[in-house]
Parts: sequence; structure tokens; C-alpha cells
Amino acid sequence: MPQYAALIYETGDPDWSVIDTPEKQATMADYGAFGAAAAAVMRGGAALYPTTTATIVRADGEEVLTSDGPFAETKEVLTGFYQLECADLDEAIAWAARIPAARTGKVEVRPIIDFGAGPS
Amino acid sequence: MALLRDEGSRVLATLVRTTGSLDLAEDAVQDAVLKALDTWPRTGIPRSPRAWLTVAARHRAIDLIRREAARSGKEAQAHTDLGEAPIPAPETVSDDLLRLLFTCCHPSLTLETQTALALRTLCGLTTAEIGRALLVPEATMAKRLSRARRKIAVAGIPYRTPGQSELPGRLRGVLAALYLLFNEGYTASAGEDLIRSSLAGEALRLCRLLHELLPAEPAVRGLLALVLLQGSRHAARLDGDGGVVVLADQDRSRWDRAAIEEGMTHLGIALRATPVRPDLYVTQAAVAACHALAGTWESTNWRAIVSWYDVLLTITDTPVVRLNRAVAVAELDGPVAGLAELDAIGPLPGYGALLGARADLLARLGRCNEAAEGYREALALPGNGAQRRHLRQRLHACAPAD
Repeated sequence: MPQYAALIYETGDPDWSVIDTPEKQATMADYGAFGAAAAAVMRGGAALYPTTTATIVRADGEEVLTSDGPFAETKEVLTGFYQLECADLDEAIAWAARIPAARTGKVEVRPIIDFGAGPS
Repeated sequence: MALLRDEGSRVLATLVRTTGSLDLAEDAVQDAVLKALDTWPRTGIPRSPRAWLTVAARHRAIDLIRREAARSGKEAQAHTDLGEAPIPAPETVSDDLLRLLFTCCHPSLTLETQTALALRTLCGLTTAEIGRALLVPEATMAKRLSRARRKIAVAGIPYRTPGQSELPGRLRGVLAALYLLFNEGYTASAGEDLIRSSLAGEALRLCRLLHELLPAEPAVRGLLALVLLQGSRHAARLDGDGGVVVLADQDRSRWDRAAIEEGMTHLGIALRATPVRPDLYVTQAAVAACHALAGTWESTNWRAIVSWYDVLLTITDTPVVRLNRAVAVAELDGPVAGLAELDAIGPLPGYGALLGARADLLARLGRCNEAAEGYREALALPGNGAQRRHLRQRLHACAPAD
């Protein structure tokens, strides 16, 4: 069965490591409920610290070039993702629509390459 | 060969279901069609062209699956029943066509891609023809189609008719594609004939199917009404030699009364269901109804038609709607007024209908040189053979030397 990445994009670079408002608390509860409901299709996922904690890495020959953040002015940032195993795109879309961030930000559904299955 | 195209898309629709791959099914059907083009001229058209094509396409599909399995060193998926499966019944084929329509019109594809895919798979148009129909260069269209096929395959766009709860959200794309499908049948973008009646017939059949699925949806009823009312004129639009007969000259006794009656019934219900927010297709059906209700060209209610176009402009303000409105204004207020409206639209490069309509008005005003120039420009553009013959006659009337 195909697997999909549900990439979560939000505006404002939220910090989900600090749950300091009732709104965030409610959202965390929503994520908990989503995780429970989607348990059967869930193959993994993670929430990410804000982009202010990120490091960009490039390699140029032997030299490792690092820099701060992705892009300071990016309006929407990747804040987390789920890996879902679904029968088809419609099922993946239906689950993605239930991710709390689908209401406040957006979710990008991308098929995951299965290198074991050969090219399709 | 029109027969091959139509049967080809039916065979394709079923093969997509049985193989689960649009790519594979398209390759297999294309191969079967080429084989038929090679064989049929010598052996004659088989008694059941669909059965012949189905068998040929299945064999090719099995061949392709085996070849791919050998290449990748993996077991072929079990398609052993493919060769022996019975030729599907007509109802199954209709269901398969509807499934294919919904796959092509999946909302994860852009509307442009949806319609292009529908024209490719359901109408069997070539990439070049689709490019012309959608006013996109052929190379761009080829890229768009291959990207879409890949997306359908790797993203797992399903091959099924959506459930009741999803249907309304999926409708816009499907209706747009069906509308284009019908238009291609009503006025072919290429080939010798003005009308591809099988294509128009397919659009009507798909509209009916969709209406059965969504009986309460006014837009579906509106499109069904539009297709019925426009299609009712098919027989009168051609003379004995397949030449174009324009609306003004049509023998209205040859219009299909049953289709008009059915179309009017659907239109009435759809209009009552959309009193506040007019619908794109219902409004166009209302224009078609004005023509259907006129006993003669002279008694056409042009004022009503112009009003309906005004409503249509509030829904979709496009150059094509403005063009149609201008033609109606020319009948209501005379060719000078119509010409002024046409010229206000500005040039639509590559759009022959505007050139032809403008030249017609110029000819009526006695401005023969300008009219002839317009007809020549229109003739330089691609179109079907019947339309071109018609344009040449018009040109000859303005400029006897041509």
C-alpha cells in the first residue's frame, strides 16, 4: 500500500515545545485525538522546533558550510509531518484534512518513494 | 476513424479498471488502435469492433506487464484472468467511463489538466488536437499530460466514482470537462466533419449518468439541458453534403423535438432551483432554450438572449461570452452595434470564431474588402473541414476572385 508524507505548514513559526496558552493546549489535545483516530494508518511523524533553532548545512568539497535558519522571511514554515499508509490519495487527503493544522495552516500530501518496489 | 476513437476510449476505460494503470492501459489501447488501422482496411470492420479492440488491447497489456516483469526481475502481477475475462456489458462500460472521468477530474490536478486528460482519454484526441482545443502549444500540452499521468500513478489518484459525501466537491471539474467534451463533439476542432456526433452523444450519456448520481444538483441538470438543447439541432446543422447550415438558415422542422422537450423540462427545474445565484450551465441552457423556442429565425427573442448573456457575464466575464453577446446584439440592434461590441473585446489571437463573426458583420454592412480579409485570416487557422468550406464560400461571396 502506498505511503504518504503529510507535511504541515504553519505561519508565524510557532514553538510547539512550549504549551503556554489555552489555545495551544486545546490544539495539543486535538493532535492527541488525531493520533488516536489515525493510529491504523500512522507509520511515523514528528513535530519540529521553530525555524529559529534550525541550521542549514551545505557541503563544498571538504568544506562544510553552515548557516542560520531556512529563510528569515518565509511566511509558511514546516512545523512537522506525519507518515501515513493509505489505500489511495483520497484516503490520504481525508486523513490530512483531519490534521489540526489543516484548519489554521496547510498540509501538503506527497507520495513517498518505495525504493523496494522499483520505479513506477 | 471516428469509430476507432470512440470504441478506443470505452476499451480504455475498462482496461484502466482491470489493470489498475492508466499508463499501461493507454499504451495497450493505442497499440490496439494502430493494429486495427493496419488490419481493418484489409479484412473489413469486424462485427463487434469493441470486442476486437478489447481482445487486442488485453493481449498487448499482458505483453507489456510480462516485459516489465522480465526487465525488473520481479514476478508479474497476477493478470492471468485478463485474457479470458468476458467483454464487458454496456452498463459496465458506462460505469467505467464515469470512473475514468472522475479520475481525470481529480481535484489534485489543475482544471486545465483535468480537461486535457478527459479529452485525451475519453475522446481519444491527439495531444496536438487538445492543444488546439485548449489554446495551448502542443509541446506544453504533451508535458502537462505526461506529468499528470505520472501523478495519477505515483500519488495513487484512485479510479472510482466518489461517494455521495464527496461528490459535490468533485463536480466543478467534471462539469467543465464534460462541457468541453460536448463542445468538441458539437464543433470538431479538427478533421473533415463539423460534428463528431459520437462525442456529443458520449457527453450526453455521461451527463445523464451524472444526473442520476446527483439528481438534486442544478448545475448537472443545467448542463444536461444545455447538451440536449444544443444537440437537438445536429441534424439541421448539416446539408446533404455535410456542409454547414447556419442557425438562420436551418430547417427547424428537423430539430429533435423530443430532445428539446426534455431539455426544457430540465431547464425549468434547474432555473427554479437557482433563483438567487444563477448557474453557469443553467444560464447557457437558457440561451439555447430561446433559440429552441423560436419557430423562425425572425421570431427569435434577441432581447431575452442578450439579457441572458448579461446574466452570464456576471458569472463568467470572458471574451468568448462577450463575443456571443455581441453577435446577439447585432441581431437586436443591427450590425453596427454588434461590430462596436465585438471590437470592444480586443483581439483574441488564434480564435477563429471572433474573426468569422466579425467578417460576417462586415459583409452585412457591405464592407466586402475588410470582410474578405477577416475570412482569409480565419481560414489561416486550424478548424474542421466543413467550417473551412463554409468560410471559403463566405469569402467567395465577398471576393469572387478567391
